[in-house]
Amino acid sequence: MTSFRAGPDANGLFGSFGGQYVAETLMPLIHDLAAEYEKAKLDPEFEKELAYFQRDFVGRPSPLYFAERLTEMCGGAKIYFKREELNHTGAHKINNCIGQVLLAKRMGKKRIIAETGAGMHGVATATVAARFGMECVIFMGSTDIHRQNANVLRMKLMGATVIPVVAGTGTLKDAMNEALRDWVTNVDTTFYMIGTVAGPHPYPAMVRDFQAVIGKETRDQMLAQEGRLPDSLIACIGGGSNAIGLFHPFLDDKDVKIIGVEAAGHGIETGKHAASLNGGVPGVLHGNRTFLLQSDDGQIIDAHSISAGLDYPGIGPEHAWLHEVGRVEYTSVTDTEALEAFHICCRQEGIIPALETAHALAEVFKRAPNLPKDHLMVINLSGRGDKDMQTIVHHMEQQEKHA
Amino acid sequence: MSRLQSRFAELKEQNRAALVTFVTGGDPNYDASLAILKGLPAAGADVIELGMPFTDPMADGPAIQLANIRALDNGQDLEKTLQMVREFREGEQVTPLVLMGYFNPIHKYGVERFIAEAVASGVDGLIIVDLPPEHNADLCDPAQVAGLDFIRLTTPTTDDKRLPKVLNGSSGFVYYVSVAGVTGAGSATLEHVEQAVTRLRRHTDLPLCIGFGIRTPEHAATIARLADGVVVGSALIDQIASAENDEAAVDGVLTLVAALAEGVRNARA
Repeated sequence: MTSFRAGPDANGLFGSFGGQYVAETLMPLIHDLAAEYEKAKLDPEFEKELAYFQRDFVGRPSPLYFAERLTEMCGGAKIYFKREELNHTGAHKINNCIGQVLLAKRMGKKRIIAETGAGMHGVATATVAARFGMECVIFMGSTDIHRQNANVLRMKLMGATVIPVVAGTGTLKDAMNEALRDWVTNVDTTFYMIGTVAGPHPYPAMVRDFQAVIGKETRDQMLAQEGRLPDSLIACIGGGSNAIGLFHPFLDDKDVKIIGVEAAGHGIETGKHAASLNGGVPGVLHGNRTFLLQSDDGQIIDAHSISAGLDYPGIGPEHAWLHEVGRVEYTSVTDTEALEAFHICCRQEGIIPALETAHALAEVFKRAPNLPKDHLMVINLSGRGDKDMQTIVHHMEQQEKHA
Repeated sequence: MSRLQSRFAELKEQNRAALVTFVTGGDPNYDASLAILKGLPAAGADVIELGMPFTDPMADGPAIQLANIRALDNGQDLEKTLQMVREFREGEQVTPLVLMGYFNPIHKYGVERFIAEAVASGVDGLIIVDLPPEHNADLCDPAQVAGLDFIRLTTPTTDDKRLPKVLNGSSGFVYYVSVAGVTGAGSATLEHVEQAVTRLRRHTDLPLCIGFGIRTPEHAATIARLADGVVVGSALIDQIASAENDEAAVDGVLTLVAALAEGVRNARA
C-alpha cells in the first residue's frame, strides 16, 4: 500500500496541490526556511527544546476526555474530546507557534509577523514573541478586529503591534496579503509565522508536523484508555491546521474514518460560505495551488462564516489532495447548526467551545446517534469560546427579537 | 525577430534606454483604459506592460491594489483585457506589449486557451509575479513554445547562486525589481542599481529593465544611463486615481509619459 503520509514531494507538492507560487523576492527566503527546517528536524537539541516548551509552557499533553453526557445524549458512538482548548492561549495554534519561534531563533530573526483571523493565531504568535523577546507585528482584518476585540487586547498586552487591514472584506485573506507585503519589504529581519497549513512550501508540511503532536498523543491516549485505535476522527477546517494535526498520524490506518468539517455559512447554495472543497475549484493563491472560492474569471470570492477562524476562501493543499484521493471525507455545517452545537456543548459538558470547534461538534451530533455504542469517535476540541462572547450575545439578541 | 527583440535592438542603435510603462487593464474603466493604451506609443512609451486585474495582488502596494479594484468594479476580466490588446493592435504593429499579473485568473481561464488567445491578440510576452522558475511547467514552458516571451523578475534577494535558475528560460528582457518591497514604495540608491546591473550583466545578455519606485523624468533619466530600460507604473496609476474624470485620467497619464520619455531620451545625450 502506498502511504498517505509521505507527502509533500521535493517540490512541495501533494499530488498537484501545494507548491511555491510566490514572488521572486520571497523565493530565496522560503528555500532558506525549508533548509533550516530540514536541519532542525534532525537535530536532537531542537527536539529536546520543542518538547520542553510543549510540556512546561503550552501544558501538553492535552487530555483525551470522555464526553460522557454528550455520549448519553446522542445515544450512539462513544465521544472523546481531544482537549486542545486547554493549551496555553486557548487553542491548538500555540503548538505551531512554539515550533516556528524556535526556528526563527535558530535563523537569527528578531522580528515576527503573522496574519490572524479569529485572533487565536495572533495571540499565540504574540505570546511566543514575548517569551523569546522578539518584535511582533500582527495583521488582522478590520472586520475581524471588530468581532474579536478581546483577542486584540490580549495581543497588545503582550507587546504586539496589531495592524488593521481594510482591503477587501477585512478578513483573514486580506490580512495574509498584507503580511506577505510586509515580508517582501522586510526580508532580512523578519520571520513570517503562518498560522495554518497553507502558504508556499515548506509551510503546509512544517505547520502540519508541529500540529501532528495532537494526533500522536491521541493515538497513545486512546490505546491506553481503550486498548485500540479510534473508529472515527472529526475536526473543523478553515485552513485546516487543527484537522491535519489530528488526522495525519492516522492517515495510514485504513479502518479509521476521517471527517473534516467546512463552514457552510448561510448554506453552500447561497454562495455565502467558506467551504472551499465543497463549493470551490482548484486555483492558486497565497503561495499554493489548492481549492479556492473564485469567480469564473478567477477572482477570489470572499468567504463567509460566523466563525472568523474559518472565514477563508482557501484550504491547505494537503486537504485538497486528501479530498481528491478520497482518504478524508469533507462535509460542511452551517452557521445555524454550529450555533446550536455550541449551546449544547456548553450546557451538557460545561465546556464553552470556539465557534470554529462548534462546526465539528455539529457534525458529531449528526453522526453519533446512528453509530453503535462501541464506536470510538474523537473530536478535536480545537479551541475555547471565550473570544466569541460578542458574536454569541449578538446572535442571542437577534433570535430574541425574532421570537 | 520578436517585437521585443526588434525594439531593444533599435534602441541600442540609438544609444538610449527604453521607457517601459505599466498601467492596469480596465483602470479606471474599459474605454478610458483603451484610450490610454492607444495613446502610449505616441506619448513615448517604448514597451507597454498591461496589468491583468486580480483581487489579491500580493506583491503590489496601495496604488496598484486600488487600480485593480477600480478595474474589477467596472467589469474588467481577462477576456476583456485580451480584447483590449486586439483593439490596440488594430492600429499598432510595432510597440511590444507584455501582459503582467498573477497566475490564478490564467489558471481559471485555462492555460492552453489563454496562450492561444494571447498570441492571436498580439501579446508579445508575459510577466507573472507568482510563477517562479520552480513552476516553469505551469505556464512559462508552453508560452515560450507558442512564441510568447516570458519575462522574469529578479530582485535584490536573488543571489548569484540562484540567478542562473531564474534567467534560464527568461526571454524578451529581464526585469530587475530594485527594491525588496511592494510596487510604489521606496526607491533604490543609485549605487545599488549600479551594482545590480554589473552583477546581472555577468549572467545575461538580455536587455535589463529597472523598476520599482521610479516616479519622475529626472529619476528615470538617471536610471536610463545605467540600464536598457526604465519601468514606471505606480506614478502613472496615481494620475488615474487623482483624475476628476476619464478625460483627465487619459491626459494625466499621457502627459507624464511624454515627460518621462523626454527624460529617458535625453539621458545619455
